Amino acid sequence: MSYLDMDLLRFTTAGSVDDGKSTLIGRLLYDSKSIFEDQWNAIEDASKRRGEGYVNLALLTDGLKAEREQGITIDVAYRYFATPKRKFIIADTPGHIQYTRNMVTGASTANLALILIDARKGVVEQTRRHSFIASLLGIPHLVICINKMDLVDYAETVFERIKDSYTEFAAKLNVKDIHFIPISALNGDNVVSRSEHMPWYKGSTLMYLLETIHIAGDENLIDARFSVQHVIRPMQHEYHDYRGYAGTVAGGVLRVNDEVTVLPGGFSSKIAHIEFADKQLPEAFPPMSVTLRLQDQIDISRGDMIVRSANQPRVVQDIDIMCCWFNPKNMQPNTKYVIRHTTRETKCMVKEVYYKVDINTMHRNREDLTVGMNDIAKLKLRTVQPLVVDAYSRNRHTGAIILIDESTNETLAAGMIL
Amino acid sequence: MPYQVKHLDLLEAEAIYVMREVASQFERPGLLFSGGKDSICLVHLAKKAFYPARFPFPLVHIDTGHNFPETIDYRDELAKQIGAELIVGSVQDSINQGRATEETGYNASRNKLQTITLLDTIEQYKFDALMGGARRDEEKARAKERFFSHRDEFGQWDPKNQRPELWMLLNGKKNPGEHFRVFPISNWTEMDVWQYILREQIPLPSLYYSHKRKVFNRDGVLYAYSDFMPLKPTEQIEEMVVRFRTIGDMTCTGAVISQASKLEEIVKEVAAMRTTERGTRADDKRSETAMEDRKKEGYF
Repeated sequence: MSYLDMDLLRFTTAGSVDDGKSTLIGRLLYDSKSIFEDQWNAIEDASKRRGEGYVNLALLTDGLKAEREQGITIDVAYRYFATPKRKFIIADTPGHIQYTRNMVTGASTANLALILIDARKGVVEQTRRHSFIASLLGIPHLVICINKMDLVDYAETVFERIKDSYTEFAAKLNVKDIHFIPISALNGDNVVSRSEHMPWYKGSTLMYLLETIHIAGDENLIDARFSVQHVIRPMQHEYHDYRGYAGTVAGGVLRVNDEVTVLPGGFSSKIAHIEFADKQLPEAFPPMSVTLRLQDQIDISRGDMIVRSANQPRVVQDIDIMCCWFNPKNMQPNTKYVIRHTTRETKCMVKEVYYKVDINTMHRNREDLTVGMNDIAKLKLRTVQPLVVDAYSRNRHTGAIILIDESTNETLAAGMIL
Repeated sequence: MPYQVKHLDLLEAEAIYVMREVASQFERPGLLFSGGKDSICLVHLAKKAFYPARFPFPLVHIDTGHNFPETIDYRDELAKQIGAELIVGSVQDSINQGRATEETGYNASRNKLQTITLLDTIEQYKFDALMGGARRDEEKARAKERFFSHRDEFGQWDPKNQRPELWMLLNGKKNPGEHFRVFPISNWTEMDVWQYILREQIPLPSLYYSHKRKVFNRDGVLYAYSDFMPLKPTEQIEEMVVRFRTIGDMTCTGAVISQASKLEEIVKEVAAMRTTERGTRADDKRSETAMEDRKKEGYF
């Protein structure tokens, strides 16, 4: 039963109304038969009522009243589709309103970012902004769709010119895997089927690439990390001495009999059992949710990290992060914030702002160090309790943090540990 | 691919992670159980998440009094079998106490009244987090939901002012009197739910399987004939072979004509469906933003 057993690819798209993003997503959904008739009829009706000349696919997910009234996407919209080869989750983020916050949110869990370039305009500010955020959030694969090829006579020279200028710009980014595809979302060229208009293009169609791109290497399978989320202690007689540490594997491959150390405490033991519900497993890898039992009775609680003894992360109270600020209230130095890292929570203070990054030019600003809404900045934090961390570039699970306001409880910022 | 987790296992791991976060971050969580397939999946996931311990929260059912009897039987049997505490909030009680007013007319439904009973139940039991089986793919207002969705002290949702949710770092912090709605299967599609039920062989209420039933057609929807829905003079009762794709109240759930009597056949049928499951739900058809309007007031 292979359909019970498919890959899942999460990708993010970002863009404004006029770059053809909705048309492209609509085509992927429509051609994979992921739009249902009643959905199609409903948005067809709504588009007509709104006096729009075409079926506005944004209405599929822009369900909030305010979004429909103002014709904008306020929030990250999640769309789902499947082909016989893979399942897909699209985190579709708006191009204008709150773009940094939404793009960062959508990018945080994505394997791949789809970036659209208008063939008539080439690489523009928005292209650079999306690419920078994709790289900052460690998205392993970038797919650059050079769209509206029909409007430039399907010319190879245009495609090559844009590809070159993007490649030059991308040298400054930290992305391993970049693909370029010339498409026309409107006419369907190279989206699902190969274009007859661009015989010079020998690469794959967008759909084929999405279905086949290698994502098995996206998780860190080297550094064994397990954040304890919840301690299972059944209050039943038959499980009198049972202590199970439930959590997700954040990195590496954990095997029964592995020598492990519990951080930040530093006690060592061996993995006695890896369990999932009533099954015993020989090994576990990311991002499985399992329960570990150790050979020795050690005091372990939520927020501790179990790691392979021979390969340990840093235990630190001073960390440098790249931070995206989301709140209208500016960041305040020497104010206590709640910091959440894996399943651990403590407090911290911002000790230093090194610089802010201009998201459009990537210029580092060391003069104006006020960190406000949608700013990206490099900060030094000092935490009250130690954190057990890896660099975000090495592990997206053990290198990520959020900051929370102590009084309003709002999520203020996201941080990638350097 | 030796070290790659496949889609059902990924979605299962994600849902279990969310449930364990709930157990860790909240003091008085509960699991909203409607007797529908999505909440039945939640119960199954909860059993796995805390095994071999019992899951550390009660089942909470908001009973409109208009449920299919099969749903109530299934609920009681399930709670007994797994030894879970079952808390029932009754819409009929809310009506009797004058807290809610029954709608009148042919399309009268208690759907909206559930919100009053739900918020009263939250207040009475001091729940600070309620998990539900809502999915982002099923309805456009739900597409904007977080895993951890904040509700103010009036139980209301402010969709324009939601906390950003990054990676899987879930922020369940709140002030006294506020609570969270939590959606562990946010990222599941209808197909994922059916495939999971098939893979895990989860028993379902008989309503989901093809059966003979007295139905009548109103505005293109096939309703089960019951005491809760008086017929209009022009409406005829017919006996048909049907099943239900979703289960809500008898007053708002439409049947589909189907011969699918096994899980495999249902999965096949779902794969071939050209309409969404909520297309059979009268409660969503009241206006373009019916779901958002109800959710803002405190609906699931």
